[in-house]
Amino acid sequence: MNAPAPLAEIDESGLAALFDALVRRGRTVVGPTVKDDAIVLAELGSAAELPHGWGVETEPGGYRLRPRTDRAAFAHSAGPQSWKTFLHPPRARLWQADRASDGTVTVREDDAPAPRYAFLGVRPCDLRAIAVQDRVLTAGAYRDPVYGRRRDGVFLIVVECTEPGGVCFCTSMGTGPGLPEGSAFDLALTETAGPGGLSYLIRAGSPEGSELLAELPARPTDGVRARAAVAGAAGRMGREVDASDLRALMAGTMTAERWNQVADRCLTCGNCTMVCPTCFCTTTEETTDLTGDHAERWRRWDSCFDLDFSHLHGVGPVRSSARSRYRQWLTHKLGTWYDQFGSSGCVGCGRCIAWCPVGIDITEEVTALRAESGAAGAR
Amino acid sequence: MTAPRLAVWKFSSCDGCQLTLLDLEDELVSLSGELEIGYFLEATSDTLPPPYDLSLVEGSVAAGADLERIRWIREQSRHLVTIGACATAGGVQALRNLSPLPEYQSVVYARPDYLDSLDDSTPISAHVPVDFELRGCPIDKRQLLEVITAFLADRKPDIPTHSVCFECKLRGTTCVTVAHGTPCLGPVTHAGCGALCPAYGRGCYGCFGPVPTTPGGGGPNTRAMLPLLRRDGLSEADIARLYRTFNAEAPEFAEAARQAEEEAR
Repeated sequence: MNAPAPLAEIDESGLAALFDALVRRGRTVVGPTVKDDAIVLAELGSAAELPHGWGVETEPGGYRLRPRTDRAAFAHSAGPQSWKTFLHPPRARLWQADRASDGTVTVREDDAPAPRYAFLGVRPCDLRAIAVQDRVLTAGAYRDPVYGRRRDGVFLIVVECTEPGGVCFCTSMGTGPGLPEGSAFDLALTETAGPGGLSYLIRAGSPEGSELLAELPARPTDGVRARAAVAGAAGRMGREVDASDLRALMAGTMTAERWNQVADRCLTCGNCTMVCPTCFCTTTEETTDLTGDHAERWRRWDSCFDLDFSHLHGVGPVRSSARSRYRQWLTHKLGTWYDQFGSSGCVGCGRCIAWCPVGIDITEEVTALRAESGAAGAR
Repeated sequence: MTAPRLAVWKFSSCDGCQLTLLDLEDELVSLSGELEIGYFLEATSDTLPPPYDLSLVEGSVAAGADLERIRWIREQSRHLVTIGACATAGGVQALRNLSPLPEYQSVVYARPDYLDSLDDSTPISAHVPVDFELRGCPIDKRQLLEVITAFLADRKPDIPTHSVCFECKLRGTTCVTVAHGTPCLGPVTHAGCGALCPAYGRGCYGCFGPVPTTPGGGGPNTRAMLPLLRRDGLSEADIARLYRTFNAEAPEFAEAARQAEEEAR
């Protein structure tokens, strides 16, 4: 029987060394940083730009930065963006066409290579979200070229969650706070803050990750403190929801009364879909310049909350009411997503709860729908 | 084939929206190459006779003489596009619709008998069919260029009708309501500005007017906005004032202001 592989940890200087090693390899490092009173994801110049000493408080419709008593860089829950901003960008030009004076039309596809990203600080819930978008955008008959180009070769550095927020429910969805078995990643860190400073349990999940780990000033550890931090996080989720058999539950809610109650509160502003790390819908628009000799096709994020999303020529929007639009979003996310892609579309990150201006809570809605369905079943 | 003939008309307005056309500095040369300026007094006193292929109409109908003039313009125009909150919703001057005109005419003007004011300031679409309404106070110059280009190419302009929230999210602006507690009309306001104010940490004040109302229940849920705006420190009177600016008489915003006043009672 083989002895278990020794565990390794690095300290804060090791984190800086990791960052520098990524830059030396020509990677564009994207990670969390403080901007506009939030922890956003952005291209970083150094590890010093990480949100050291900042945490967040989240609640339905609310998000506030709060200073921490330690220097932890990853002790915060999800912010206003997700990694899809970088993998599935809000706007992308797909092609452009030019008409010459003799009438010849030349079409050029936009296929410039994407930056070689390293994502630093991917939460397990967000790692699952990336896997969900991989399935949606690259695993079908038609691989999405924009996503595919950006996704290929991304170096993923997961940081397990030790500080869940008030709207988090990853344990209910089975996506966190620790890294689930079988996850695909390059490096995984677990951050703990102690009297000796920050330390990071570190392990590799790919050959490139192992190679990079070998360059870092790591020392052996028993990993006990890191394991305890993750286990503690699992017990401090802000929310939980009964996620059993959501597909069947959602399929039975088409005429539920609860949708009317949501519609009274829903602004149909679309924020939930924009912040959702798995929502992937886009619309395409062709534009021309004044001469009419140059045309471009762009795509941009769209949303089932946009009236134009279900616009049919000569008919108008098929899903006009807030009831029908919210129902479409939720029943797809939690129900028909299984039929289409074989999994839930929800990873329990809680963004749709925090960034809904009126604080509509997906866990509360599921619970209410389940209660209504149970009551109807009992009759 | 001759270039399409453009006309730019002014009704009750501040001129800011037609100035947007002159603000298209980089595109003005190619614009004048593709279009023949038939009537645009802010740019040139030279005029060409009707008919016009594209009329851009700024301003609201607020004076007696406007009524006949807008009908004549409609008759002379193949396409009529209204630009800006005055033309699409009556403008800030529609605040006068809330109280009887004679009450303050005599306070403002020495000889009110010279005036030819209508009781209400109304959008162009209340009087003639309009082919497209471009929102904003003022309009956005990229959107104006898109509308002109689209009409030249006989295609639908790419002018999204969703909320300002979409624009914040697309440009990566952190929500000022959720993260800062700043009152913001973004969720009920028509996109188009590129979410300018939130990008500078300010709440949206609705200058592009309400998101569209559609048969079947689509429209701005201003009633759900009330508790949110209150939470972020606005009184009912503040809320009514917030809706009563450049699009005060856009029906959904007028109703929202009434809802706020109702709540105060």
